[in-house]
Amino acid sequence: MWRFIGSRLLQAIPVLLVVITVTFFLVRVAPGGPFSSEKAVIPEVKAALEAQYRLDRPVLEQYIAYLGDLIRGDLGPSFKYPGRSVNELIGAGFPVTAELALYALLVALLIGVGAGVVASLRPNTAQDYIPMSAAMIGICIPSLLLGPLLILVFGIYLDWLPVSGWGDMPGDKILPAITLGAVYAAYIARLSRAGMLEVMTQDYIRTARAKGIPEWRVVVVHGLRGGLTPVVAFLGPAFAGLLSGSFVVETIFQVPGLGRFYVQAAFNRDYTMILGATVFLSSLIVVFNLLSDVLNAWMNPRLRSRAGQNT
Amino acid sequence: MIALLLGACGSDEPRVAQGNRQGILHFGNGTEPQGLDPHVVTGIPEMHVIVTLFEGLVTKNPHTLEPEPGVAKRWNISEDGLTVTFHLNDRARWSNGDPVTAYDFVWSWQRALSPKMGNQYAYMLYPVKNAEAFATGEITDFSHVGVTAKDAQTLVVTLNAPTPYFIQLMDHQSTYPVHRQTIEKFGNAFDRFTPWTRVENIVSNGAFRLTDWKLNRRIEVTKSDTYWDRDKVALNGVVFYPTENISTEERMFRVGQLHRTESIPLDKIPVYRAMQDSPYINSPYLGTYYYLFNTSKPPLDNLNVRKALSLAIDRRRLTETVMHGSTLPAYSITPPGTLGYEPPKVFEHDVEQAQELLAQAGYPDGKGWPGLELVYNTSESHLKVAVALQQMWKDALNIDITLANEEWKVYLDTVDQMDFQMARRGWIGDYVDPNNFLDLFLCDGGNNSTGFCDPVYDDMILQQAPQATTREARYAIFQAAETRLMEQMPIVPIYTYTSNHLVQPGVRGMSSNVMDWINFKYISLDQDQRAVD
Repeated sequence: MWRFIGSRLLQAIPVLLVVITVTFFLVRVAPGGPFSSEKAVIPEVKAALEAQYRLDRPVLEQYIAYLGDLIRGDLGPSFKYPGRSVNELIGAGFPVTAELALYALLVALLIGVGAGVVASLRPNTAQDYIPMSAAMIGICIPSLLLGPLLILVFGIYLDWLPVSGWGDMPGDKILPAITLGAVYAAYIARLSRAGMLEVMTQDYIRTARAKGIPEWRVVVVHGLRGGLTPVVAFLGPAFAGLLSGSFVVETIFQVPGLGRFYVQAAFNRDYTMILGATVFLSSLIVVFNLLSDVLNAWMNPRLRSRAGQNT
Repeated sequence: MIALLLGACGSDEPRVAQGNRQGILHFGNGTEPQGLDPHVVTGIPEMHVIVTLFEGLVTKNPHTLEPEPGVAKRWNISEDGLTVTFHLNDRARWSNGDPVTAYDFVWSWQRALSPKMGNQYAYMLYPVKNAEAFATGEITDFSHVGVTAKDAQTLVVTLNAPTPYFIQLMDHQSTYPVHRQTIEKFGNAFDRFTPWTRVENIVSNGAFRLTDWKLNRRIEVTKSDTYWDRDKVALNGVVFYPTENISTEERMFRVGQLHRTESIPLDKIPVYRAMQDSPYINSPYLGTYYYLFNTSKPPLDNLNVRKALSLAIDRRRLTETVMHGSTLPAYSITPPGTLGYEPPKVFEHDVEQAQELLAQAGYPDGKGWPGLELVYNTSESHLKVAVALQQMWKDALNIDITLANEEWKVYLDTVDQMDFQMARRGWIGDYVDPNNFLDLFLCDGGNNSTGFCDPVYDDMILQQAPQATTREARYAIFQAAETRLMEQMPIVPIYTYTSNHLVQPGVRGMSSNVMDWINFKYISLDQDQRAVD
């Protein structure tokens, strides 16, 4: 198992290097620079700014210097926010995004697994169709629409929950978590339904039933562990997706997360912030995919032994 | 998850009602400020916070926009208009109790002008003798720049030429004093990156002091007890929220989370306007929305084509329908009511004359029209205006205009390199004076971007106007220059911006003015007022 993890981590290094290199050169060939502005910047000011950010040096030299800084864990100063480093901006935004993603994942699991299991118990009946149709709608409604809809109903008409903010007012984390989690809830519902349907026809389930174990115990204790394997495999990429895809929800609800910094950085040509956030999020995606594989192997002994043999 | 849900059960008094009781203003501020160093940042959200924290030699009366005492209690201008002497208020204090002196200003201006700082607003101090030479690195000895401290309370400024709007500039953030010891304590004084503006470090001299700054969440300032005019300050504090999504901002206002919004979605304007005791505030703003003509490229090198395009636009219909009455038709580059200056109206909407002019240019009824591309930066409202004008030109002149939208930074490059035929542009005044708009079109103006160059015009703006002895005489020269400019039509003015905000009924003293300038000293909150329902 350890060899399996070690080899996957080694494979991640070239992946990250490619991501850094491609991003580094792509942002530099994009038209417009960090200091272009609507009001003309006088050449002396521009030169001073460029020198402060090493932009006056050849691109290759900038690239090597960046890699050197990166190895030391320094992501450089932000172009957009003078006086703040990219490390600091990520440090401020990421915990918020992570918290939001975690709540969203809980929402997704709670709703998704619940709906999937209920649907799988009586396939092709109303008990199946209703939650599955709801799941399909969940996949189809983008958060850009769902967020404002939830705000309108729960924030404005019913006046139950705050319409924006994060940790400023009681309950302001609920709507962003539901909005972000909804799409994933729908996927999880479909995955758990399919997984459960397959497991519930297995011999060991029949044996369990034959032994006279109550049906709820058969489902919860025996069925779920096998039935949720596809969901577990999905959790890693889902969490990574939630972390890197929270921009829209963060903007709708004014959540001070990393997503907003990241997207604004692209608009502002904040080179170091774009690179820093990309490196950081790519590393996270690599780690979560790995964690998901490890968890999957742990839940499925056949996979575990195969992983052991292969590595 | 349970904690999350339980957390929902709490006080449900809107923030605005609470703020009215506590004297705390909740302010929608657009975006997260880039920083709070007056010599580094440039944007409006930054300015809102900075004017609460710092004070210049003068400040503006929010009703008249005329300068009134700030750190300087009075000032004299010499008869030749070349020397300005500021007498500082001896009660002016930094937030740590140190007195604010003339020496602070001399050092701060050196910092603001230092090329290393990369201060994009350094040019605000260019009327000062040798300031430009110092800022561009031509001279390195700051003692040659025309600013000296005669004593702790007397600051003497020597100008290059009489500059009637100089006092106006003295409340711009670029001219604000900064606390030398604090800045030096946290690194090189001429470095943009030092952390001296952080909550735990900053020392400032304004009516408020910084008490909380959570990135992308809130900035909180609290009434300063060292400010010289503190008895006049009614608010106990202001909380600034970054509200870059205007729909979210409007919803925050609707549920009583904000006293004032930075803007309002276009489609919500009719709804708010129809309300009784409407919280919608709309007033002319010192900014013009226009299209640049590249006069060096055909077909816009032909004056008749430029005139035809401008005359064919029905600005009234555009502002009333597409913009829901939130802007005003513009026929000049300078907005009306710029401290008493009224711009000339050289032309009007006249389709017949436009058709005639186009025929004279060789394209009768659009025949032989070579095509024309309009570049604008991606935005829903720019698109709406562009489509409306495209249709007006088609209907009136039977010509086709192609629309090309570009991402903001790409668009800035395109305009900067004049790689366009026609391009959208907007200009917001930095100070209230026609000069701020008219000097855009000087031959070597950095923001000219049209290829227009008229030595007579340059002479009027650079030589004749500064020599005028009265405001009336100066304005008359500006009017003549602007007439000349609009007769050659290197731009097509479209509308005058207006400031559009939602303001809760409990807010007092936030008067409308063309700069959309807020003097937080004048604001108070009525504690008996509730939020808008």
